[in-house]
Amino acid sequence: MLDPRGPRFAAAITTVVLVLVLAFGSGWLVLAQAVVFGVTALWPRYGPYALIYRPLVAPRLSPPTELEPVAPVRFAQLVGFAFATVAAIGYLSGVTTLGIVAAAFALAAAFLNAAFGFCLGCEVYLALARLRAPRT
Amino acid sequence: MQTAGLIVAVAVILAAAAFGVLRRARDGRVRAVSMSSPALEQLGVRPGQVTLVQFSSAFCAPCRTTRVVCAEVARTTPGVTHVEVDAESHLAQVRELGIRRTPTVLIVSPTGEVIRRAEGAPTLAQLRAALSALGRSASAPSV
Repeated sequence: MLDPRGPRFAAAITTVVLVLVLAFGSGWLVLAQAVVFGVTALWPRYGPYALIYRPLVAPRLSPPTELEPVAPVRFAQLVGFAFATVAAIGYLSGVTTLGIVAAAFALAAAFLNAAFGFCLGCEVYLALARLRAPRT
Repeated sequence: MQTAGLIVAVAVILAAAAFGVLRRARDGRVRAVSMSSPALEQLGVRPGQVTLVQFSSAFCAPCRTTRVVCAEVARTTPGVTHVEVDAESHLAQVRELGIRRTPTVLIVSPTGEVIRRAEGAPTLAQLRAALSALGRSASAPSV
């Protein structure tokens, strides 16, 4: 279980990072963000942004009123990882358009999570399951 | 600086903000619908009572909140029960009933017809209001 404000804080940093990626067309920066997504998907409590949140931000806030399960956070991080990786490949191989499009999708999800607590898993997971399973 | 990228970033944030505001206004709103389907019986809906059918999925944090709200409503309202369905393992019924995202709550009448539908997590007040419009009010004020 996680303090839900931790992933929101992480999403806010991610939003800033992805705006910088798009503004400067930086493949290396989005590659770094892909690594952050990957690490957080594997160990949600030890993601780089969670390591900033816990000692620096959490002590200044009131204790969490509710805790959130880990699985939805993991799912969102995996989706972020996929888009950031594609964006890095695009930028670094010179296919800038691919980099911009993939980074734009990641930015939309990160911004919605930071600003509205948008739950990517709720929206996308069922749609993916519906696509994956053949219609009977 | 990359002008194209910067323009895309600004456009994405504006579009996402508009989408987010719209979503927030619509989430949990209980809409009147009318449909019946054999899928409901397969999901364990029984006639004779009002059933809240909640569709949930594994990666859905608000589904937990919705479970608590629906269970509370069912506990305090006579003649109302709550059935939670794992959407992923009931894809045939999910398609049949047109469930697009989780949580989605259907209110099924005692005659087995879907009469209300809410996408996104409804609040306790929204569900209670919808049910009392159907003549099902809480037996006692909830604590």
